[in-house]
Amino acid sequence: MKKTQLLAAAAFAATLGLSAERAAADDLTLCWAAWDPANALIELSKDFEAKSGHNMSFEFVPWPNFADRMLNELNSGGQLCDLMIGDSQWIGLGAEAGHYVKLNDFFDANGISMGDFLPATVTGYAEWPKGTPNYWALPAYADVVGWTYRKDWFERPELQAEFQAKHGRALAAPTTLEELKQIGEFFQGREIDGKTVYGMSIYTERGSEGITMGVTNALYNYGFTYGTADEPYKLDGVVNSAESIAGLEFYKSLYDCCTPPGSSDWYMSENIDAYKSGQVAMQMNFAFIWPGVEADPNVGGGKSGYFANPAGPGGHFAQLGGQGISVVSYSDSQDAALEYIQWFAQPEIQQRWWDVGGASAMRAVVEAPGFASSQPFAQTFLDSMAIVKDFWAEPAYASLLLAMQDRVHKYVIAGEGSAQEALDGLVDDWTEVFEDEGKL
Amino acid sequence: MERAARATPAGVARKIKGLSDRAIAWIFIAPTVFLLLAVNIFPLIWTIQLSFTNYRANRPNAEVKWIGTRNYERILTDGDIWLTMQATAHFLFWTLLLQVLIGFALAWLINRKFKGNDLWTTIIVLPMMLSPAVVGNFWTFLYQPQIGLFNYAVAFFTGADVTSFSMIGDKALAPWAIIIVDTWMWTPFVMLICLAGLRSIPDSIYEAAECDRASKWRQFWTITVPMVLPFLMLAVLFRGIENFKMFDLVVQLTGGGPGNTTTLTSIDLKREAFEKWRTGYSSAYAIILFVTVFGLASIYVKALNKVKER
Amino acid sequence: MSSYSITEPSRRQKWIAAILVVTYAVITMLPLLWIISTGFKSSSDAIAYPPKVAFQPSLEGYVNLFTTQTLQTPEQAEAPPPDTWYGKLVHEKGLAIVGPSRFGERFTNSVIIGFGSTFLSVFLGTLAAYAFSRYRVPLKDDLLFFILSTRMMPPIAVAIPIFLMFRSLGLSDTHLGMILLYTAVNLSLSVWLLKGFMDEIPREYEEAALIDGYTRFQAFTKVVLPQAATGIAATAIFCLIFAWNEYAFAVLLTSGAAQTAPPFIPTIIGVAGQDWPAVAAGATLFLMPVMVFTILLRKHLLRGITFGAVRK
Repeated sequence: MKKTQLLAAAAFAATLGLSAERAAADDLTLCWAAWDPANALIELSKDFEAKSGHNMSFEFVPWPNFADRMLNELNSGGQLCDLMIGDSQWIGLGAEAGHYVKLNDFFDANGISMGDFLPATVTGYAEWPKGTPNYWALPAYADVVGWTYRKDWFERPELQAEFQAKHGRALAAPTTLEELKQIGEFFQGREIDGKTVYGMSIYTERGSEGITMGVTNALYNYGFTYGTADEPYKLDGVVNSAESIAGLEFYKSLYDCCTPPGSSDWYMSENIDAYKSGQVAMQMNFAFIWPGVEADPNVGGGKSGYFANPAGPGGHFAQLGGQGISVVSYSDSQDAALEYIQWFAQPEIQQRWWDVGGASAMRAVVEAPGFASSQPFAQTFLDSMAIVKDFWAEPAYASLLLAMQDRVHKYVIAGEGSAQEALDGLVDDWTEVFEDEGKL
Repeated sequence: MERAARATPAGVARKIKGLSDRAIAWIFIAPTVFLLLAVNIFPLIWTIQLSFTNYRANRPNAEVKWIGTRNYERILTDGDIWLTMQATAHFLFWTLLLQVLIGFALAWLINRKFKGNDLWTTIIVLPMMLSPAVVGNFWTFLYQPQIGLFNYAVAFFTGADVTSFSMIGDKALAPWAIIIVDTWMWTPFVMLICLAGLRSIPDSIYEAAECDRASKWRQFWTITVPMVLPFLMLAVLFRGIENFKMFDLVVQLTGGGPGNTTTLTSIDLKREAFEKWRTGYSSAYAIILFVTVFGLASIYVKALNKVKER
Repeated sequence: MSSYSITEPSRRQKWIAAILVVTYAVITMLPLLWIISTGFKSSSDAIAYPPKVAFQPSLEGYVNLFTTQTLQTPEQAEAPPPDTWYGKLVHEKGLAIVGPSRFGERFTNSVIIGFGSTFLSVFLGTLAAYAFSRYRVPLKDDLLFFILSTRMMPPIAVAIPIFLMFRSLGLSDTHLGMILLYTAVNLSLSVWLLKGFMDEIPREYEEAALIDGYTRFQAFTKVVLPQAATGIAATAIFCLIFAWNEYAFAVLLTSGAAQTAPPFIPTIIGVAGQDWPAVAAGATLFLMPVMVFTILLRKHLLRGITFGAVRK
């Protein structure tokens, strides 16, 4: 690993020396998930191709297979990808297994400072071990779970009046989880424009990471933590604390009270379908969908509003999404790949990234005076990015995730056992994983 | 044996120019055997070897330790794996039963040789040609209570409330959701085999029965069913093997949920092998599954041979 | 009873049978028709709540299937719409085409791997089946059972070592690797089916040819092969259906260069959310080659499925 870094640094120094006389054009492949931001990146990267002379090609893998396929690729030392926009939780594996090139020297040599990016994204996307200045990626796409709601429904006078009478406050975007549930119950089963509508769509998917990315938004805000500050792997009494149990029970109560029938295996795209087709009043989803919501003929153009994940009794957090961009250590074109990162880190490119539908994590962009009003959802995006928290980013994150999917889906969707049993079981599973890893 | 000898009379064989029979036989068989050895048997042996280790394919540099039968012990004492076995058994039993009943009935009806039966046979066979992964994916859409076709169709015929049930979300219905789709897709296969069986029965047998004044009902049970049985059993063998391995359709349809209700063994195995990357452990798991199928299939093939001899 | 044959069903029987079969066919076609019609819906019609049976047809799904799109940049929004009809369609939705999609490549991979492995498994299967049918082969029954047993292994079970093996041989994510793999999986079926057909071809034909001065090999190519055409066609249909639609190996062993369409189609994502019309369009197009192939060879299908092995 050390060797690779040295080589990379040396090779890059060489390219810098030759920068007047550009090295031969390289073919770079960038790997990411197949989704709209990736398509926007194709458009954005045309500028890099024109300026650098390198050719970009893209390998986008659909979300459900993204982790399997790309981790498979990395684990086998594959050379398909030169640049990888890998999920935030892979950073531990990428660093420890030597899949990613360490970028500290490169950042120093090129005046790229992590202080220029939102602190949460640096921790979430770039650092391993967390909280130490060891960088394996540049924050590329800032994303977070937030909520979309039907402003046009919320604003109807008759609904306003009814809600006021019932709850003694205006029908507006909720600020606490309790309010969220009340609004969900208020809409559940209601007739609107001749159709039965439901409260909200939340993440419930079984196969990949869906329900975990959803339930954490309740857990964190009831006081759940992954360990303690002193003992990062202390699980018993922490993961299954009374607060965590209350949080899990709350998520199940949301599923039971306020979601459409059949929403038992829903993730990003099913939630979008339910929202766009007018089934639900509110939708939990990652912020990346917001530009698409605004542009939608049925729910866009001012009909939708946005709010950050509401606070709970134990805190105010939101599940982090998003990714950093890394250089794959097996690539033959590491110099060109680093050139791409250098290009991507420029403030004007980051600004343009936001303009074309990407989500920049650069402070110069998101803290600019006009940013909050640049899009209807921009302020919510900022508020949400300020409260993010991520799942485990350990090398064994996949095993940790599978255990959580299993335990939570069994309790919340299939209704087996109690919240206490689910979290006790989760502690057992996670303990086993960490023991296998030699961390406990 | 005697037939082969008869096919190559010594006198003729000696006169043949070119390759000897023996050489031709081996040249013809060798590529097949070689390919199967390379792509099936070699990996199988490798799997057996891995199953006694703690190897993890995502840690190429970690030390590989020989841990004896510990993987096997862990699997055989794991209650969750028995649950996936039960889910698989439930799925196997009902898909095979439904496909045999419907498939045979359809074949029998088509064999009434009404006008245009060829056209309808071709139409019925279509679902079999779709990709199971695509089918599974699309059926999640068809099963959506609010925007899918299935609930509206059921509501139309039974008068039930459209959104009163959810095929995938309900723990009691989800196993049936996957059975319905598999049956929709693969009944035509059983039907084709049964049809072949029905058409292989010579008319003369029925004519003889007719002379003996056997009733139609009796003819059905004493002629039709026994003659078609070997075909039907072969169809069950092939469908059984395929459905024991079932992965793509169900993974797309339910992801194994709700909870673990539809987590069939292949789905569980895939999680262990390609998500948790416990290669040694999942190799042991794979061997256990293979031995199970192999054992069941050998018993079944013996029974099949007995039926054929009758 | 009809007058001309005892075994010919009566008119009434035929009518009842026809009605039942047609009813089944119609019900079984509904999901398929729903897929095909969804391919011609606009994205909002596709997820309409409640579902729409009558709709304004649109080629949106097919355009989305073949292109990669993203939200318009501010400049693109102000620029006049592109000249092409599909460009206009996309522009109206506030989107812009950034390039072709990967569907074309995936489909081409499917054609290469599907037909390549079908050819190879039928070719090798024919040779092996002929040898098993005509020659004294030591341990013949054991070899045949060995060949059948290779089909019993769950793909996931052998996927790990195959993955490791392909990685070291450089076959990961290559057409050749996938063709060899699918061929191996199909060989058991191919050998067993074809042996049944070979057994049924009278040996006298070859013997006559041999006496006429043909070599063994010539007798095989000029006499036996034409006779076995039906069986070969039927076998090819089954091999193709498998190889064309296989998912587990494709998703586990390929990533970029050699991935086929089945892992791709279910995951076509549009701007926010699954693009159902494009998924349906992809599924429809993907069904076409195998459907046409089957219809062309349908006469052989029924005979092919009789599994000569049973007819001993």
